[in-house]
Amino acid sequence: MKRIAQIEKGFMKEKVPAFKPGDTVKVHVKIREGDKERIQVFQGTVISRRGSGTNETFTVRKISSGIGVERVFALHSPTVDKIQRTRQGKVRRAKLYYLRGLTGKSARIEEKLEDKTLNGAKAEKGTKKAKGKKAKAKAKVEETKVEEKAAEVKAEETKAEEQAEPNTEKKTEE
Amino acid sequence: MKEIIGKKLGMTRVFGDDGQAIPVSVIEAGPCVVVAKRTAEKDGYEALQVSYGEKRKKLINKPETGHFEKGGVEPVRYLREISNNDELNVGDQIKVDIFKKGEKVDVTGVSKGLGFQGVMRRHGFSGAQKTHGQSDRMRAPGSIGQSSYPSRVFKGMRMAGKMGKDRVTVLNLEVVQVIEDQNLILVRGAVPGKKGTLLSIRKTNRQW
Repeated sequence: MKRIAQIEKGFMKEKVPAFKPGDTVKVHVKIREGDKERIQVFQGTVISRRGSGTNETFTVRKISSGIGVERVFALHSPTVDKIQRTRQGKVRRAKLYYLRGLTGKSARIEEKLEDKTLNGAKAEKGTKKAKGKKAKAKAKVEETKVEEKAAEVKAEETKAEEQAEPNTEKKTEE
Repeated sequence: MKEIIGKKLGMTRVFGDDGQAIPVSVIEAGPCVVVAKRTAEKDGYEALQVSYGEKRKKLINKPETGHFEKGGVEPVRYLREISNNDELNVGDQIKVDIFKKGEKVDVTGVSKGLGFQGVMRRHGFSGAQKTHGQSDRMRAPGSIGQSSYPSRVFKGMRMAGKMGKDRVTVLNLEVVQVIEDQNLILVRGAVPGKKGTLLSIRKTNRQW
């Protein structure tokens, strides 16, 4: 087993950016057209990561003009040029397949915040903790508003993208 | 014909030049040493006896010691005969570097033992229907012959029984990579047996 892992090492990327299910990522994919090579960006939510070694893959889901689109990428594949995390999601399971059954508002994922107040409250005690929570809740409300706006802008962007480059590799859902 | 003896280590996947994922079997092959030579004059056929593997000194018995001493080589675990087309002599070594990336090979080995299996798994029978008053017949073989004539079951009738553990050859597999310093060879696709199965890898003679 060790020897196989050693072989796999030679085919793996040295540095893979940290990202988890629930995160929103931009995946830069190399696409070959004849002799030319260009890069296409696929943005969406990571709904699963599975496998190990060269066999590790992740699934990215996005809603493209009202239709759910999922793509499975091999993490260490040379065709995956770059992975950028644009947003950290707050989720409670490793596989977010439940998103497939949801649309619109219910399909959103809460953003994971680096909440300093919460950490501070933990160190201290009692009443302050409650305050911290309240503050966090407020922050969340604001956050969601911002998110909605951002989502609108993004939707427009993706539409523009779609028109520019008709994506043939899409796996459409019903 | 180029041939080498090896051991299956397992499977994984690697990426090709164009980024395509390739499923590969990892085989540790060689180095094999020629222990003895079969000649037309003495044995009636031409072949090489080659060695592979390691064996603890304690486990080597006297006849084996004598045989290996005759060839002047270190005692090992496996001895196999391969055809002699490369004009090799006793003491010569065969290493994985006889194969190059992109070559096609045949891999022979003993497949995994699957135990006692029914006709559906063993011979691909389609079984019987679940409905129309049937019971207990879903995986049954059906009729195995006629009636008073011939009053017997013909030989070779396919029935349930022990499956696997057969000598299997997988033809025309592509060599994806050869790692000489580790005696490893990566072959596209699956090869017979489980991890540790003894395999013989030779250049294919039937390309299509």
